[in-house]
Amino acid sequence: MSVITIERKILEKNDEIARQNRARLTEHGVLALNMVSSPGSGKTSLIERTLEHLNGKLRVAVIEGDVHTSLDAERIARYRVPVVQIVTHGGCHLDAHLVAEAMTKLDLTRLDVLIIENVGNLVCPANYDLGEAMKVVIISTTEGEDKPLKYPAMFRQAAVLVINKVDLLPYLDVRLRVLKQNALCINPSLTVFETSCTTGMGITRWCDWLLMTVARGVKTRGE
Amino acid sequence: MHEMSIARNLLEVIERYAPANGSARVKVVRLRIGELAGVVPESLRFCFEVASEGTVAHGAELVIETVPLIGRCRTCGVAFHVEGYVFICPHCGSPRVELISGDELDVVELEVEEEGCP
Repeated sequence: MSVITIERKILEKNDEIARQNRARLTEHGVLALNMVSSPGSGKTSLIERTLEHLNGKLRVAVIEGDVHTSLDAERIARYRVPVVQIVTHGGCHLDAHLVAEAMTKLDLTRLDVLIIENVGNLVCPANYDLGEAMKVVIISTTEGEDKPLKYPAMFRQAAVLVINKVDLLPYLDVRLRVLKQNALCINPSLTVFETSCTTGMGITRWCDWLLMTVARGVKTRGE
Repeated sequence: MHEMSIARNLLEVIERYAPANGSARVKVVRLRIGELAGVVPESLRFCFEVASEGTVAHGAELVIETVPLIGRCRTCGVAFHVEGYVFICPHCGSPRVELISGDELDVVELEVEEEGCP
């Protein structure tokens, strides 16, 4: 019996492709957001509201991850932005290779922001770096205030938390303060937004932050 | 599905580093998996058994070392086990806590047997 020392990350191949994706995106000055959440929290709705709001202000493209359908990509295509559908055929997360392939279908020289909508799942996408600048985790108020505690890895890795469906709070036994506290215990550096994609509440603030983040990136690159 | 994808990635790493002489069999795979990695060892073992069929590592035992979730306070410097995923220093209450360990998903080593050489 012989022992072979390896000391490698299990996902080293994914991480290597993610590094290449990140380098390409950085080279072209594209801010890539990896949008993660459980199913039905409002990822696609938030992207729709964002596209409406940023129309003419930023050049945005969307990569849509879905287990079986292209329904979300069809929704996004109505906003006349470049959209690439990835169907994972049962796969519960996007990986860097799938995103690299999707990126070849986009003209990065004509983009400011790339929104990657991951498969609805708060567990698996946490392990797979896609090459994004940051993860944006979306949670809807209907999911309950304990969600961050149940999926700590995702909340720890995210830079931004969007709490969606705040218009429903009066009908729910959910305390917004506790929900935020639970997320901030895991990751005190989270930037938090409260939105309702139905009423439009909070969308301006979120989009202003995106505009500012892109502008800051452009400034950094110019220096 | 999650563990299946990780099992396939693990096999790729094993096949890259195991001797490719046709007579070697991987008997043991030692892994280091952090508390925060979100991987269920039993599920990973099952998926690995299925995924490794017909490969050099079929039937190999996965020995998994679970790495505790340890944080270090950037304010007072104390290192501590992060209980309940609350990244707040239990000594001084600071939220400035860096992760020291607990997010690993690593292959450490393989034990390989050459057929005919017990």
